[in-house]
Amino acid sequence: MLQKTLSLNLPGSHDDHGASNTVLGFWLYLMTDCIIFASLFAVFAVTGNQFAGGPSGKDVFELPGVMMETAILLLSSITFGFGMLAAHKGKSTALLAWLGVTFVLGAVFIALEIHELSLLIAQGYGPERSAFLSAFFTLVGTQGLHVTVGLIWMTILAVQVIGNKKVTQRDLTRLTCLSLFWHFLDIVWICVFTFVYLTSVV
Amino acid sequence: MAHVHSIDTGASHGSVGSYVIDFIFSVVLTVAAFGVVTQQLMGPTESIIAIAVLAFIQILVHLVFFLHMNTSLLQRWNVVAFGFTSMVAVIVIEGTLWVLNSVGPTT
Repeated sequence: MLQKTLSLNLPGSHDDHGASNTVLGFWLYLMTDCIIFASLFAVFAVTGNQFAGGPSGKDVFELPGVMMETAILLLSSITFGFGMLAAHKGKSTALLAWLGVTFVLGAVFIALEIHELSLLIAQGYGPERSAFLSAFFTLVGTQGLHVTVGLIWMTILAVQVIGNKKVTQRDLTRLTCLSLFWHFLDIVWICVFTFVYLTSVV
Repeated sequence: MAHVHSIDTGASHGSVGSYVIDFIFSVVLTVAAFGVVTQQLMGPTESIIAIAVLAFIQILVHLVFFLHMNTSLLQRWNVVAFGFTSMVAVIVIEGTLWVLNSVGPTT
């Protein structure tokens, strides 16, 4: 994956291996995260039509809202990508600006998700209503929790870059891990909107 | 060593172009998926197959353009880990569906 990018500023340095191992290790963590999501998708696939007399996906899902969330998350992936390009060039101001934009997009995504889920709970369609809603809340909630952790992580990295007044090699390693995390969450979201929202509405 | 690195780094963290290409691909694929469902162009089964294929393509595009996955030597372990994980994920999901659809009286 991205470990080779980290050798950018230190040709032949011994840190090279340290950085590449860090990113490979983080990649392996993401793979285990993949298994968590695979399990949650399996649960949803099995219980997605167990409504217990409650509403089905067709009754409760609002596609325009999902479309909005999808667009925002996709946009945040490309803005983070631009931030990484700036980071590799050592442009800390541009990096911080792109991180700021990404953070706002991620925060709006989370706000929309919380709004959607709290609206369901207010209507009496909380996770306790049926197996379908339990699986739905767990899957979407887990993805949302990951995005929230990503936002906290992003804030910490931004503070570190501001403190260092430049993009250090260590910052670059950490940013690379976060960018993998962020793009990974976008991939999870593709599966969520496809296999949870769209297949329920079909 | 340093020389090899300087060549590799150019391609590995993408460029404005590769991000924009991925973004355009993703927008087209996402709009297509939502379009298939909202416009009800096909029957339910065909629609689900169509959006699953669109999702699969979009994931591949993301892996290549956003996550910069490729077949180079340096990426070998990432790709091996990813391949193994994909296999486990398929077994978990397909296996669960297969077993649970076979045990119950329903479906």
